[in-house]
Amino acid sequence: MLGRLKMGLAILALVASPALAQRTDISVGMVLEPPNLDPTSGAAAAIREVTYSNIFEGLTRFGPDGSILPGLAHAWDLSDDGLTYTFHLREGVQFHDGAPFSAEDVVFSLDRARAEDSTNAQKQLFAAIETVTAIDPLTVQVTLSQPQGAFLFNMAWGDAVIMSPASVASNATNPVGTGAFRFVRWVQGDRLELERNPYYWGEAPALERATFRFISDPSAAFAAMMAGDVDAFPNFPAPESLAQFQADPRFNVIVGSTEGETILSMNHQNPALADIRVRQAISHAINRQDIIDGAMFGYGTPIGSHFAPHHPDYLDLTANSPHDPDAARALLAEAGQEGLTLRLMLPPPTYARRGGEIVAAQLREVGIATEITNLEWAQWLEQVFRGHDFDLTIISHTEPMDIGIYARDNYYFQYDSADMKAIMAELEVTSDPDARTALLQAAQRHIADDFVVAFLFQLAKTGVANADIEGLWENAPVPANDLTGVRWAR
Amino acid sequence: MRRAPLTLLAGAALTGVFALAALVSLLWTPFDVTAMNIGARLQAPNAQHWFGTDHFGRDVLSMIMVGARISIAVAVVAVGMGMVLGVPLGLLAAANRGGLLDEVIMRGNDLIFAFPALVIAILITAVFGPSAVNAIIAIGIFNTPVFARVARGGALSLWTLDYIRAAEVSGKGKLRISAEHILPNIANLLIVQGTIQFSLGILAEAALSYVGLGAQPPMPSWGRMLAEAQTMISFAPHLAILPGLAIVLTVLGLNLMGDGLRDSLDPKLRRAR
Amino acid sequence: MLRFALQRLFSLAISLVVASLVIFFVIEVIPGDPAAYMLGMNAQPETVAALRRELGLDAGPFARYLAWVGGMLVGDFGTSYTYRVPVSELVLARLGVSLPLTLYALLLSTAIAFPVGLIAAARRGSGLDAGIMGATQLGIAIPNFWFAMLLVLVFAISLQWFSAGGFPGWDKGFWINIKALTLPAVALALPQASILARVMRSAVIETLGQDYIRTARAKGLSQRQSVLRHALRNALIPVLTIIGLQFSFLLAGAIIIENVFFLPGLGRLIFQAITQRDLIVVESVVMLLVFAVILVTFLVDMAYAAADPRLRRRGA
Repeated sequence: MLGRLKMGLAILALVASPALAQRTDISVGMVLEPPNLDPTSGAAAAIREVTYSNIFEGLTRFGPDGSILPGLAHAWDLSDDGLTYTFHLREGVQFHDGAPFSAEDVVFSLDRARAEDSTNAQKQLFAAIETVTAIDPLTVQVTLSQPQGAFLFNMAWGDAVIMSPASVASNATNPVGTGAFRFVRWVQGDRLELERNPYYWGEAPALERATFRFISDPSAAFAAMMAGDVDAFPNFPAPESLAQFQADPRFNVIVGSTEGETILSMNHQNPALADIRVRQAISHAINRQDIIDGAMFGYGTPIGSHFAPHHPDYLDLTANSPHDPDAARALLAEAGQEGLTLRLMLPPPTYARRGGEIVAAQLREVGIATEITNLEWAQWLEQVFRGHDFDLTIISHTEPMDIGIYARDNYYFQYDSADMKAIMAELEVTSDPDARTALLQAAQRHIADDFVVAFLFQLAKTGVANADIEGLWENAPVPANDLTGVRWAR
Repeated sequence: MRRAPLTLLAGAALTGVFALAALVSLLWTPFDVTAMNIGARLQAPNAQHWFGTDHFGRDVLSMIMVGARISIAVAVVAVGMGMVLGVPLGLLAAANRGGLLDEVIMRGNDLIFAFPALVIAILITAVFGPSAVNAIIAIGIFNTPVFARVARGGALSLWTLDYIRAAEVSGKGKLRISAEHILPNIANLLIVQGTIQFSLGILAEAALSYVGLGAQPPMPSWGRMLAEAQTMISFAPHLAILPGLAIVLTVLGLNLMGDGLRDSLDPKLRRAR
Repeated sequence: MLRFALQRLFSLAISLVVASLVIFFVIEVIPGDPAAYMLGMNAQPETVAALRRELGLDAGPFARYLAWVGGMLVGDFGTSYTYRVPVSELVLARLGVSLPLTLYALLLSTAIAFPVGLIAAARRGSGLDAGIMGATQLGIAIPNFWFAMLLVLVFAISLQWFSAGGFPGWDKGFWINIKALTLPAVALALPQASILARVMRSAVIETLGQDYIRTARAKGLSQRQSVLRHALRNALIPVLTIIGLQFSFLLAGAIIIENVFFLPGLGRLIFQAITQRDLIVVESVVMLLVFAVILVTFLVDMAYAAADPRLRRRGA
């Protein structure tokens, strides 16, 4: 009896407390659980969604709008030849284990990332680095082998965070960084807890405690939000449920953009798809709005080339490949490919699985038969991405500014264009903003005119949060749940 | 005992409805199951679409009809595979009762039973890729020991009978006796078990395609319809309820039929059940 | 008896070796590389190779098989590729969810099945019996994941009596976890209870037909008394056998239910490990499950043999 009374009081206290004071804890829902917590040795977006800015910091960092802000380096200088960056580090920074942060840690982290036995998933970010030297405890000099317009941008990635040699080995399970939150514990399969870092060098975050909860099932995610078990779900897994949240004043639906260009990729090794007329026909067969409506319940922006619409250098090229089944049929007849059958390989995300079914129906309209195979990620990576054993696949390329993949040798879609390579090579060494814009737009036009793949839509970031929460990122320039600026308004 | 024909009839009627739906779907469905109409999606059941439409605007009734075809086909072939592999093994084991072959076959059976079935099914599809064929293989593998055990059990009791002994003494080979005398006499047992396994096969196919390992789109399957409906259950419950009911009714029909068959085919069992 | 035990022990050992070979081989041929999975689309080939070396994947399959089996013999189940913690630690943590869930479901199903099966047996042939039998047929026919979805729809989304899933953890208190496990346990228990009730009913009817029960009734014991005093005790053997089977089935078989309710149990661990190609986890966990079932079967055989010497000659 007494026990029950106590429990009742405890529940009362729980219910009453928000009225007394602003909440300082948050429970954030995530679809996927990070496999481990070391962003320098694994590509999973979930690692960054937990650690980016919260636990680990780099020399620079991304702001919510994708701009490059100072991180552990408060300022930097670039030599006139564009080859030497001098980073001035913040004073009084320490790691969560108490170890002081200094230039040596920067040298260690960058050298480790570009070492021969490095297991950094984005090793190419460090490819231009020639040497990293500590000038004094608060100054680091990085020399490049050639000027790189995107170097500061590269250093802001989650893969370029600074770690301490003392804790690097155990960061996968017990991450020790310099960020505003420190790791408390991880109940694998369920949740991960962070708490405010009292020794943080910057402005203290409003939140004292943060819990990430891993809920992969969309209907469970819906119920968890509705029941208040989770306060925010920055990447809500089921766009179909957003309308219900929108109708409910307790919630805020946050719709932003990601860097994910979602494309119907084509394997240029397939003789039929090597024919530009067939690729153009497929592009005309696609009805982008139907795919966005049917697969993403209206969330997403049609794209006509491989470029993010929110970027200033974006060109709207959707008119280049409008939905036109008649034109598609005519092109197929001209190419002599009327009875074409193609294999469509679909990775697990909703955009691919649902989008794939719609694409298959649209291709059937113009006389192209498809055989759908749903693959897991590991299989997709092995068979499609590395093995090039596919005809069509749907995939969202989520890295920022990745139009350069169309100039890569032996990239999975096997596009090989000397012109595109020339454009990208020139871009690499160009720093004049206007010239860069012109080159980036030329690249967009080039791949659109070549119908390299069928460009579908820019993946939206659709999140749900308690209406009283402020400061969540609207867009996703990189995968992140930066909680440093998040607070409860009431 | 009076109930036996009634359960048999009820079961046969239920099963018949879905078998008929599957057959009809070969020739005709109310709508093209692959035709999408995004504008007409997520309709509740209405005069035009009796079972409503799904998230792509496809007709759910048509999908359930074609789904019946897949479910039944997968289950039939998988059970057939289990019978074809399992029954000879069971007969062989019984013919060599107490021998090394018997031991090996029965230990092998135990071993298969010891594996977690769904995990193995997932592994099989991870190796060969998801498809209806691989779902059949996965379900078939786990049906094999069931039939081996039933066949062996039935055969063992027959081997003690005088006329079988007589046949053995007269010089007939064990395999020949198994085929000529034993098999026809355990046929009833196998039919009853087959009905039960058939219904379990429907459930297994639903579970496999629910986790994405069965027939691939655009071919509709009941399990995948349920998986896709799961995120929409709060605003389009018909999508989750109707395919689920189809599974329940089919399995129920088969179970009732199995019970009825057992009662009418095997009078000895009547007392116990 | 000793000879029989040794013989069975020998075949148990052979079974385990065969099982380990099958598991290792099947997992070996699964396409997909754990290192490539972890490093994603932008990784360079030499980076993937470096990670493979770090994980010990560059060794040949034979060497890795021996290392794996050798490790298991001394209780070392390896280290998870993705989580980077010992597999045994992962398994123990997941058992903290799976074991209570299994026991809870068994408890529920037994609590339902015993009275229901008894009543049906006692009123054999009545309308009540027919109704109960019909209901159990329905219970067997319902896929548990669909039942789980309906439970979520009614009790979590509409009524909001339960949360739709998740597991608070035992440090958060006992009842809150029991509450979290309730819907999943109910979903798991329904088909099991239906099966068990049918077994219970036929076992009781079987024993009611035996001579000593008839004698008891002739001596004036009522139907209820004879059921409770004699039939129940003798019907327990088949019923307990079924419960034992259901235990091992539920432990590994709750994968789908664990996914519906996002419970961090053993089944979901295997499922995730397969997706992430965390092969060592898959191998070790499947091996453990197989070992558990083989061991239980062995012990049951021993118990039966001890009770009934005729079984030692493998006739039946």
